Amino acid sequence: MTPAPRTSRRTPLPDRVLLTALLWITAAAYLTPLLFMLASSFKTADSVLDPSAGVLPRFSDAAQAIDNYRDVWTDSATDFPTYLRNSLLVAMLSTIGMTVSSAAAAYAFARMRFRGRTALFVLVLATLMIPPTVIIAPQYLLFKQLGWIGTFRPLWVPAWCGGAFSIFLLRQFFLTIPRELDEAAAIDGCSSVGVFWRIILPVARPALVVVALLQFIGSWNDFVGPLVFINQPHMYTVSLGVYMFQSQQGQTPWNLTMAASVIAVVPVLIVFLLAQKAIIDGVATQGLKE
Amino acid sequence: MSTARRRAIVPWLWVAPWLLGFVLFMLIPSMMSLYYSFTDYSLLEPPVGIGLANFAELWRDPLFWKVIRNTLAYASVSVLVGTVLALLVAVLLESHVKGRGAGGVARAIIFLPTLVPLVAAALAWAFMYNPEAGLFNRVLGVMGLPRINWLGDARWAMPSLIIMGFWNIGTAMVVYSAALRDVPRSLYEAADLDGVSRLGRLWHVSIPAISPAILFNVMISIIWSLQVFGAPQIMTEGGPDHSTYVYQLYIYESAFRYGRMGYASAMAWIQLLATLGIAGLTLALSRRLVYYRGAV
Repeated sequence: MTPAPRTSRRTPLPDRVLLTALLWITAAAYLTPLLFMLASSFKTADSVLDPSAGVLPRFSDAAQAIDNYRDVWTDSATDFPTYLRNSLLVAMLSTIGMTVSSAAAAYAFARMRFRGRTALFVLVLATLMIPPTVIIAPQYLLFKQLGWIGTFRPLWVPAWCGGAFSIFLLRQFFLTIPRELDEAAAIDGCSSVGVFWRIILPVARPALVVVALLQFIGSWNDFVGPLVFINQPHMYTVSLGVYMFQSQQGQTPWNLTMAASVIAVVPVLIVFLLAQKAIIDGVATQGLKE
Repeated sequence: MSTARRRAIVPWLWVAPWLLGFVLFMLIPSMMSLYYSFTDYSLLEPPVGIGLANFAELWRDPLFWKVIRNTLAYASVSVLVGTVLALLVAVLLESHVKGRGAGGVARAIIFLPTLVPLVAAALAWAFMYNPEAGLFNRVLGVMGLPRINWLGDARWAMPSLIIMGFWNIGTAMVVYSAALRDVPRSLYEAADLDGVSRLGRLWHVSIPAISPAILFNVMISIIWSLQVFGAPQIMTEGGPDHSTYVYQLYIYESAFRYGRMGYASAMAWIQLLATLGIAGLTLALSRRLVYYRGAV
């Protein structure tokens, strides 16, 4: 998919200036909430609520900024170092499982002929239409029956079964891999597992990375799952921890709440900065039709 | 085992994890939920069959109708305005000829909010809506306009949540701009020959050409906005005066706060069927509006 030449080559200069300005105003507006969060996290409890204090933190508050983050990190009612570990564990486990299982299913859909393949693929795509929260209450009961409440399993085991969007994205990518590669390997005596492992996976690395990154971010950001399935404070994830941090004391100072939010955003931000183009291109494939 | 039979079985082994997950984590919970919807189930005692009593009670429950109205209001405005906004931003990005790299930065910035953890986003916006020190009222103050008690006023709380939702148009925008880039140049050239204006090109060429992508996104937005939950739970807890009490919040509280799993399950099934119905209706209505290249 090579980008076609831009169509507005003949856009007159004044319009171009206007469009550029409009684009940057939009971008600035979209960045504002994050900057406001960051600026507020540097302030004192009083100045963050003082309308006359200005939006930006003062340089004299520099020591305050460090204090805020230390206060959140060492807060006695919450335990962010543990939450961070929990989130990392759950996100990594679910990322590995999602990538492996989705790749396996995508391989069958892209490369094997079998009765019911089309119907099954339609079923996979149809699950995209089922709102996940609709079944969260009975899922809770199921996990309770299985004895999984009180463990992290409800948050990562389902990912080991793959997901519709990941399967779709990988299948689309696998379809672009020339079949001659598999056939050559098969002639050399490679089994279907061998072809998958030696040909498909190495070639499809960019797509696998996108699936893994999106799953990592999705798992890291998940709020409803931990809210429903996790009920012991030492098992909170970062998202749930930030929510509890804000809600439990009732009157949590906004500067500390914003500092806690920044802590939750930073890992996602790092992932995004490292793989911005891959993530955006991966998300864009959602709009592709057959 | 014969080779033929092995051939037939092997593909199913590859899709087995997904199939197992579908049965275990989607099909079984859905069926459990269907069963519970006909029972009185407090979680503490075994479910007791009560026929259609949950549905009859819902019919008479004013809060049930309230959450439906709230959710439909949220979803309809979010989907309509969100789609237009995402399209406009995508067109803006794609019309940006000079400095592709800079356009890429703008695109990344506008996309970034979709990756921000919901809790962090909701808290940042809750503070932006703060009546004294929030950014919105600071701006209103500078402009000499009266301040608004955004989340604390029953008239403003729902609009506040809807506005916050527009921060998350990134996914739709990315899909639209990829689709716009795929529009064959020949279509624009034909329009130029016909002397079509710039706005006319957008309306008569670009939008019809990317209508399948628009339909796809509208469907996804409908499904997601009908189950909005996190932001109202974190920012308003459904208040004030139940003005932001949405359907999913009522399900959640019925199940986990009031221990009424049967009632919650009945609501969940109504939601599932209504969502599929609305999505199906949208699909049916769009037949005339969506243009598939190559299908003509």
